[in-house]
Amino acid sequence: MDTALALDHHRLQSSEEQYLTFQLDGQEYGIAILKVQEIKGWDKITPIPNSPPYVSGVLNLRGVIVPVIELRKRFNLPAAKPDAFTVIVVVNVGERLAGIVVDSVSDVIRLGAEQHCASPEYEGQREREFIQGMAQVEGRLLVLLDVDRLLKPEMLTERAEATPLSAQTSAR
Amino acid sequence: MAIDMRQFHQTFFEESLEGLAVMETELLRLEKTTDSSDGRAGVATNPEILNTIFRAVHSIKGGSSTFGFGDVANFSHVLESRLDVLRDGRCMPDRPVVGLLLLAVDCLRSLIVAAKTGKETDRKTIDAVRDQLHELAQRETTPPTPGACPASTLVPACWRIVFRPSRQIFFSGNDPLRILRELAALGEVKIAVDISTLPSWELFNPEECYLAWTIDFAGRVTREALAEVFSWVMDDCDLDIVPSASMTPSLSITPRAIAEAVANVDAHAGSIRVSVPKVDALINMVGELVITQSMLSQLASHFTLESLPKLFIGLAQLERNTRELQESVMHIRMLPLSFAFNRLPRLVHDMSQKIGKKVEIIISGEQTEIDKTMIEGIIDPLLHLARNCLDHGIEPPAERRAAGKPETGLIELKAYQKGGNVVIEIRDDGRGLDYKRIHAKAIQRSLVAADAKLTREEIAELIFVPGFSTAETVSDISGRGVGMDVVRNNIHGLGGNVEITSEDGRGTRFLVRLPLTLAILDGLSVQVGAHTYILPLVCIVESVRVHPEQVSHPAGGGELYGLRKEYLPLIRLYELFGVEPRSTDLTQGILVVVEIDGRKAGLYVDDLLGQQQVVIKSLQTNYRRVEGISAATILGDGTVSMILDVAGLVRMAHAGSIRGDVAVHQRAPTDVGRSAGSPTIN
Amino acid sequence: MATILTVDDTASMRQMISFTLNSVGHEVLQAADGREALSILQNKKVDLVITDVNMPNMDGITFVKSLRELIDYKFTPILMLTTESQDAKRQQGKTVGATGWIVKPFNPEQLLNVVKKVLG
Repeated sequence: MDTALALDHHRLQSSEEQYLTFQLDGQEYGIAILKVQEIKGWDKITPIPNSPPYVSGVLNLRGVIVPVIELRKRFNLPAAKPDAFTVIVVVNVGERLAGIVVDSVSDVIRLGAEQHCASPEYEGQREREFIQGMAQVEGRLLVLLDVDRLLKPEMLTERAEATPLSAQTSAR
Repeated sequence: MAIDMRQFHQTFFEESLEGLAVMETELLRLEKTTDSSDGRAGVATNPEILNTIFRAVHSIKGGSSTFGFGDVANFSHVLESRLDVLRDGRCMPDRPVVGLLLLAVDCLRSLIVAAKTGKETDRKTIDAVRDQLHELAQRETTPPTPGACPASTLVPACWRIVFRPSRQIFFSGNDPLRILRELAALGEVKIAVDISTLPSWELFNPEECYLAWTIDFAGRVTREALAEVFSWVMDDCDLDIVPSASMTPSLSITPRAIAEAVANVDAHAGSIRVSVPKVDALINMVGELVITQSMLSQLASHFTLESLPKLFIGLAQLERNTRELQESVMHIRMLPLSFAFNRLPRLVHDMSQKIGKKVEIIISGEQTEIDKTMIEGIIDPLLHLARNCLDHGIEPPAERRAAGKPETGLIELKAYQKGGNVVIEIRDDGRGLDYKRIHAKAIQRSLVAADAKLTREEIAELIFVPGFSTAETVSDISGRGVGMDVVRNNIHGLGGNVEITSEDGRGTRFLVRLPLTLAILDGLSVQVGAHTYILPLVCIVESVRVHPEQVSHPAGGGELYGLRKEYLPLIRLYELFGVEPRSTDLTQGILVVVEIDGRKAGLYVDDLLGQQQVVIKSLQTNYRRVEGISAATILGDGTVSMILDVAGLVRMAHAGSIRGDVAVHQRAPTDVGRSAGSPTIN
Repeated sequence: MATILTVDDTASMRQMISFTLNSVGHEVLQAADGREALSILQNKKVDLVITDVNMPNMDGITFVKSLRELIDYKFTPILMLTTESQDAKRQQGKTVGATGWIVKPFNPEQLLNVVKKVLG
């Protein structure tokens, strides 16, 4: 079940302007290729107590514990059942690893400067924080994400209210 | 064809720092032999001590100049010359001198660290100490006034030089005039010539030298620099350089700057020294592992059901090999606690002098071994606990006398292995905890309710609460309130815990428990709903079935369980973690009684799965700290399991009961983020 | 300024010494070994001699000894170039009448200081 693909950075000539594109709820997104470590197939995730709702848990990446972010939840999109195309994109930001759950992965593309365009007014306050920019690719709109902001520790330290001890009786 | 010296640097640094540690120990020993009545040390009884110290500096000097560490070489050169003077008995190593030498050791240490890390050193203090070392040379001929140690400031050096060249000196092309000129360039000179050996004219040979000179030299120049001027003619003359005013070394330098810089020495050596037998054992074990592996793979390639018993044997062997290998490897990283303890005598010595108390420290069990990474982590907490004993525990001499105790207080540091842990005890024979004062302070700082009734144990625990401190004046030693909670956290970070007990007027005792290693944990797996958690075995007292009649609900919230004579907070783990349990009926599950830092609690789980050793994996590397979770591990099936932080759980439980303000919260079944289970499609 | 003779079998050393001493106005003569040096000194008078120890044809010690036998150089300052470890050589040099020594490696400034001291 584990189909980890390591991306060969050397294959690509100049990685600066290259993005990994993926689908989420019908919209295409892109992340700078340099931040992507590998793509992992869907795997068992262990939940972490008292974590933000979009952190679904952690997984075992060859012996290293890596947190997994449910991107749909992060963007307040309706939840979807994982299917055969669902993958986890493992990103590396400043020596920290994290996994991002996406619907499917498309391709690695190069973006020229002329393809970038201004970001229109976007609904959904959440996503705005993470948008690095936008681009036009073959007539489609690509939303470029700022992975650093997605993973910023402050973001991850957002906690849901702690659950104090309850005063419920023993027999419920 | 230059050799790259850098390959030798690391070894040089390690050797030198070790040498300095030896020097420090020996200097402290030397001081102990000081007869306090007249301040002189018993050199005659301990010549070996001075030799050892001398050799250590000599090696550092040699190495540093070869590898180009000029600052270190210069300083150690000065120190070596002074030690030579002491060795020969030309100078007495009394208390002030030993004090100066200890300072010099600190300076040298900071210079070596600076050479190693490139960080700055305290130039001023180092120069001042170096100057005082130079002045020490003056004492060669003038014995010090007994006992007195005036806090004088440094005075300029004055020398008297008597120079009597040999008759033949001109034949080597040397000219005394040149030498005198050189001296005049170094400072102020008053020269008087001695013509007493000048013969009558008929006997006078113009190619010979009949003159001698007495030079009164004033200038802050070392004896060495003066002697250097005469280096070419040293064998060709009679030379005498003596100080013309006596000096006593002063200790007006505050060693704090140096000491603190040294205290921050990066103790994380990137390498370990391992004894050859340990490495041999490792090699043997790996050899056996290889044999077992090849046997198993052979078995696998021709596998039939008949081979099954052989397979089980092979697997048992594998288990044995792995276990032995693991133990062997862990042993490699184990170092005796003496590495952590060795800073304490110096600290106690300096601190007790500073605050005017007489304290002695006795260390035992320092050969007890512990994981290397824990050695580094335990040093600071130990230092702090010792400071606490010094500051708050041990009374001033007058008070001790009045209490009928010996004037010199005692701090005892003991280490031993017990169960799967290493135990370190720090106890003092001081006045014990001042319970009233602690309680009052806690109320004052709103850490407890004014009317709360606390047991002695609970009051003692208060000193570990952040921001707590009962020192009237915030001394730089241990009053600033940054102390005990950080100490406890650090010890928790190492997987251990710390307790305090005290006896009024008799003393205080800190008990620190540490696991044998950081990387592996003996745990108990428990089941809560669909999830497995690991509890550290060291915290577990017992597990019991729940008797519903023992459960009580105090006013203010929470649940208590009565176990024999005690009442423990009852923690429903499924609630704390927001997971769906098998049953919320307490009688259907098990209560695991845990204890940490002297406090107990009962954790409610569905099932006990069994004991196992787990490898500790960090959660914080890629995520962050989670309250109640200390780390994670990977189970045999590849899934991640959380290792619970018992101290954190107990803290969360007690926080509710002491404050008495736990909010009653009814969990809604549709809470976001609390959905039972995560996508676990395989 | 003074006239100085430098005796060394290494050309680079001679050049360095020469260059350094020239820079403060001294005249510098060069010889590759003791024999050559002695022959130069037949015709020219110098104020200071700086010589290496290990040289072919005539080594430094022999050279100093021979030099001291010349009336003109009975009292002339002679400096030997030695390495840190050549203590025995230094003693030997002293025995045959050398004035002093300069320890290798040295930098130009050190050379200038010593020469200044010796020449006054």
